[in-house]
Amino acid sequence: MSEHRIDLTVNGHRHSARVEARTGLGEFLRDTLGYTGTHLACEHGVCGACTVLVDGVAMRSCLMLAVQADGAELTTVEGLAAPDGTLHPVQQALKDNFGLQCGFCTPGVAMTLAAVTRDHEGPGLEEALTKAMSGHLCRCTGYQGIRRAIRQLAGASA
Amino acid sequence: MKPAPFDYVRPSSVEEACRVLAEAGGGATVIAGGQTLMPLLALRMSQPFVLVDINGIAALKGVTRVEGGIRVGPATRQADALRDATLARHLPVFVTALGHVGHYQTRNRGTVGGSIALGEPAAEMPATAVALGARVEIASVRGTRTVPADEFYLGPYMTVLEPDELVTGVVYPDWPDGHLVLFREVAQRPGDFALVGLVGALVLEGGTVSRAGIGWFGMGPTPIRARQVEAALVGTALDRIDPQTMARLAIADTAPFDDHHASAEYRRTVGARIFARALAETLDLRSAA
Repeated sequence: MSEHRIDLTVNGHRHSARVEARTGLGEFLRDTLGYTGTHLACEHGVCGACTVLVDGVAMRSCLMLAVQADGAELTTVEGLAAPDGTLHPVQQALKDNFGLQCGFCTPGVAMTLAAVTRDHEGPGLEEALTKAMSGHLCRCTGYQGIRRAIRQLAGASA
Repeated sequence: MKPAPFDYVRPSSVEEACRVLAEAGGGATVIAGGQTLMPLLALRMSQPFVLVDINGIAALKGVTRVEGGIRVGPATRQADALRDATLARHLPVFVTALGHVGHYQTRNRGTVGGSIALGEPAAEMPATAVALGARVEIASVRGTRTVPADEFYLGPYMTVLEPDELVTGVVYPDWPDGHLVLFREVAQRPGDFALVGLVGALVLEGGTVSRAGIGWFGMGPTPIRARQVEAALVGTALDRIDPQTMARLAIADTAPFDDHHASAEYRRTVGARIFARALAETLDLRSAA
């Protein structure tokens, strides 16, 4: 059972820690570093609630080990809004359209929508966002609000 | 933390990875993208003593043209392969199938080789390798070997890989530019494993099928190459192809099973139907199912 020292950046803040090899990235973010905005639910890659950006790429933090994030730059939902509190367009769109009910799945949803919106080029953003949502479960089944938020995002950048 | 304890090593070369695998004496498991392995670890269905992370091995990543084909490094992320210009231009059938693997978030970390080495019978990548006649390159401290994809799979999640072996490449033979893509899958939700799926490539010369590579997924304990229908198609003129007859031949090679999602009979029925439709649409035949 090996232990490893890891250095990584979360939302621009540098962190160093010792982790047991089997520690998941999601639980490390929550339990060791205190970034509890990242939500863990199924912990085996089905629900998408734990999605974070690893070097800018949306990934499920329950399907990575903390030790694998050594040297990485992570962004969690706490890092989406501007430092002055101005909401990220994705957060604003979710808020404007009641794109959340209990809110448990929302951090993961927001990270995926933010990554797809940032990366998408050309037409078809609404379809790309909708397809990427297939990787998220909302057990309130509040999907229509999320779809409205997606339409707002796609309209805003068209 | 949910997995049982293990040691973690991150080798920087194939040689080092093979050495670790050999020294572990069967107690090691390779992790690439981990999009299936991590759940297996969390559920303790997999309990290795050593986890060998191959993400730091540059030689296992990337897509390259090689003599007679295209080599995909096993640690190439699925999302990177989806964006790869060489694959898009020369192997569109591969890209079509890859677009159906998992979800956006899992394709960002999951690898091509991970899916192939895992051997989930309902997954797209193993069936694509089988259909296209790919070869799997394997290394260990004992040397290297190459296994045709359709001899690589033994059963669900079972392959010919020995515990000390590592997949180091998957080579897809050249298919002529402009080959036709045959792809259909039926799944309960987008991103789910398929209940029934087929993938293949067809080459036409002068109104006749000159080459065919067709594979099934979700239709047996392994991905299955539909050799009978391949043989029937090759050399046959388009106006002589009856999709229904070909569909019956296509499912003749399958061995589907009952599970709580679908019965074997359902899979055969749907398989024949989607095969006939895919063939008719791909070849632009009039008598679509």
